[in-house]
Amino acid sequence: MKTARIFLTAAVACGALCGIARAQQAIVLQNATIHTVTNGTLKGSVVIQNGLITEVGAQVLTPAGAKVIDASGKHIIPGIIDCHTHIALDSVNEGSVSVSSMVAMRDVVNPESVAIYHDLAAGTTTVNALHGSANAIGGLNVVLKMRWGKDAEGLVMKEAKPGIKFALGENPKRQGQGGQSPFGGNLAPRYPGTRMGVEDVIREAFTEAKQYQAAWKDYEARRAKGESLLAPRKDLKLEPLVEVLEGKRLVHAHCYRADEILMLLRVADEFGFKIATLQHVLEGYKVANEIKAHGAGASTFSDWWGYKIEAYDAIPYNAAVLTRKGVLTSLNSDDVGNGDLSTRLNTEAGKTMKYGGLSEDEALALITINPAKQLGIDRYVGSIEAGKQADLVIYDKDPLSMYSKVERVFIDGVQYFDREADVAARARKDAEKKGLLEKEKATEKANEKPGDKPGGKGAAPRTGGRDE
Amino acid sequence: MNKALFASLSFVVVLAAVAAPADSGGSFLLKNVTVHPVSGPKLDNASVLVVDGRIVEVGTKIAAPKTKVKVVEGKGLHVWPGMINSGSTVGMSEIGSIRESNDTGELGMFDPQLRPIVAMNPESEHIAVVRANGITMTALLPAVPGGRRSDGANAQLIGGQISLAHLAGWTWEEMEVRRAGGMHLSYPAISAVSFDPLTFSSSRRGNTYVKAKQQHDVQVQELTGFFDDARAYWTAKKAGVAVKADLKFEAMIPVLEGKVPLVAFAAHEREIKEAIEFAEKQNVKLVLAGIRKPGATLDAIARKKIPVILGRTQVETDEEDDPYDEPYTLPAKLNEAGVKFCFGTFDEQFARNLPYQASQGVPFGLPYDAALRSVTLSAAEIWGIDKDYGSIEAGKVADLVVTDGDLLEVKTNVKMLFIRGSEVDLETRHTRLYKKYMARP
Repeated sequence: MKTARIFLTAAVACGALCGIARAQQAIVLQNATIHTVTNGTLKGSVVIQNGLITEVGAQVLTPAGAKVIDASGKHIIPGIIDCHTHIALDSVNEGSVSVSSMVAMRDVVNPESVAIYHDLAAGTTTVNALHGSANAIGGLNVVLKMRWGKDAEGLVMKEAKPGIKFALGENPKRQGQGGQSPFGGNLAPRYPGTRMGVEDVIREAFTEAKQYQAAWKDYEARRAKGESLLAPRKDLKLEPLVEVLEGKRLVHAHCYRADEILMLLRVADEFGFKIATLQHVLEGYKVANEIKAHGAGASTFSDWWGYKIEAYDAIPYNAAVLTRKGVLTSLNSDDVGNGDLSTRLNTEAGKTMKYGGLSEDEALALITINPAKQLGIDRYVGSIEAGKQADLVIYDKDPLSMYSKVERVFIDGVQYFDREADVAARARKDAEKKGLLEKEKATEKANEKPGDKPGGKGAAPRTGGRDE
Repeated sequence: MNKALFASLSFVVVLAAVAAPADSGGSFLLKNVTVHPVSGPKLDNASVLVVDGRIVEVGTKIAAPKTKVKVVEGKGLHVWPGMINSGSTVGMSEIGSIRESNDTGELGMFDPQLRPIVAMNPESEHIAVVRANGITMTALLPAVPGGRRSDGANAQLIGGQISLAHLAGWTWEEMEVRRAGGMHLSYPAISAVSFDPLTFSSSRRGNTYVKAKQQHDVQVQELTGFFDDARAYWTAKKAGVAVKADLKFEAMIPVLEGKVPLVAFAAHEREIKEAIEFAEKQNVKLVLAGIRKPGATLDAIARKKIPVILGRTQVETDEEDDPYDEPYTLPAKLNEAGVKFCFGTFDEQFARNLPYQASQGVPFGLPYDAALRSVTLSAAEIWGIDKDYGSIEAGKVADLVVTDGDLLEVKTNVKMLFIRGSEVDLETRHTRLYKKYMARP
């Protein structure tokens, strides 16, 4: 682990320095096929100045002193946006309570997670890092840009609208069924244990939040009138829920089955708030009309199904049906670890052309402008338009095809990934890793006591610490 | 279907696919298609003649068939050999999280007597879903890498036999291609990596090398002991000694004879090296499966002509400091070294995505033809069924996929599917739900 860390840190430092050095100069990406997503596809160039796209067109003005990158034969798309991930987080689930709205993912961002680089290398430039699905009402989200090399705060996309995770179905009720943890061991029973209970937890929480909101309104009104009185006690659990009621915080709700989706929409109607996105929403296609009427977005998988009973009616046509029925739809990865599905959202989008017959632009929208709208950041990212942040991906071929790969990635006009440089650096990195491993081996040998050898006389498993 | 009746009919087919699973021995002439035989260069504007479930002729100039057969017009379409998923649990596992719906991972450490084909449920929704993407056959795994036993313990060492099954049929018996195509072995690894609920990912927390090494050594000892016992049983039997019948040892005999390959799952250099040495010492035929980091063993794999079943390439990197494209470059490395390889998904959920595991390697150095071969002819060769399967050649069984484009591309639609020459329905649970809810007012 230690050697890996050091190794990574070296890569981080290089990435950061290279990035900063290039940010100052204007860049022109020339002669490419540009998939703007919002204004069709054209052959031409993109001009980047001070981190923003300043011009897109068949003919552009090259600013004085600009670095010109020949992108002949290449394809450019807006940076991919992953509307649901758990990468780059030190912890994901605060599972001890059914309402964990007092915890925030911004506090646990791990800027050293290599998943950031892996996402970047696959053209994913912005992610919605969400709390897990262990609770009916989960923690607060953070939207990150994959600015590999920056510290935790440097990754945060500050323009993004704040959000919160909700979760319905099997996951939030699992602990209430007193069953076995999927990670081993028994779970202490925790309410709720049924879908009925999940609804109740949300209704109880918002009933409480409304009272809390009223108490504060009353306090502020009376104080404005000059009354002298004690403020209500601050409640960190209820504050975010009041923000939801006031439309200041987006709800991203993990859900699978049509019944629970409908339940949440009706609870939201009852309390007068909106669901921003239904996440996973595998049976969304069954209640597309209701989702559309509520105004919620949908963020789903391309073809996951059958891994649990609530995923048995999942169909790969979900994104297409939702799109055709007028629901704002995106695809997401739900990744943990080193980055998996988030490293191929382009071909996941490509599958919707086969499953449901979406057009190329519609497919691309699922991973760019649509998630941007869902996260309230479409003014800044999600398409190739003048005035937007220069988050751009250069592919060697058709970006929706299995046969393409990412060559360069820009975020805020800074090149954060260059495949050629990545490949060129491998020999040096391998040598560096080997050196570190040898050094560690030598240190271990020097510290070795007789009888410590594996399989030797003193080889009883060590105990203590986190080892057991 | 009645063969005589079928042969007497002649019509340009309106492609109303039969609702039933494939029955044996269809006959038809597929016309005006681009044929990708895999065994040779592609043929434009060609035809494929199938009689009684076998390919009789392939070419641009096919003589009119002696008997009247139905004619299938394939203008603008492509025909490929049916793909073979060289490791899945399709039909054996329905819903991942529900133990009762899963029939992999039996109790015990050594289960060579188990035959997965008998646990293949012909009504499983997965079968239709997987074949609808052009996959006509699968190797059925009795246990999956990283899987658990039914009692929750780690998976057994020898999980059972590996059966080969067609993805259409009324019963598992009809689907059976080989009952024992291979013998599964999860070669003991020294692995201290386990799932860490704290970070929701795999980590080394809570384990040590010393512990992992001890476990490995014990397992290798047990495995060697089991092979030695099986060999002693076989030797005694051959010598005419009256031995108490033992189904486990009986099942090992074809492996010891070299008739059934030992399919050893081994991911990293150390266990690959050990698995090769083990197979040599035991004098058994070896196929390596799930290899990920062969390291210096790659030369030996190539030199000794050990075939390889690769797992999914569409996965995260093996370790956090691997090159980001580590999973994608592996097939190209094997190909360059001259290793014969195919792919398995080792699951049911992503079994339909088999072709993309191959094409994912193409932008990272794998020649397209090698990618296509890996999921068709190479797979058939590795399983020893290439006399009948894996390419479009006269004499082979007509497992065919007809598409509107490249077989390995995500955008491509499968338009028709034939298993043993009979057209198979492309309807699935997914298309049914799709149609039903698209039509919802």
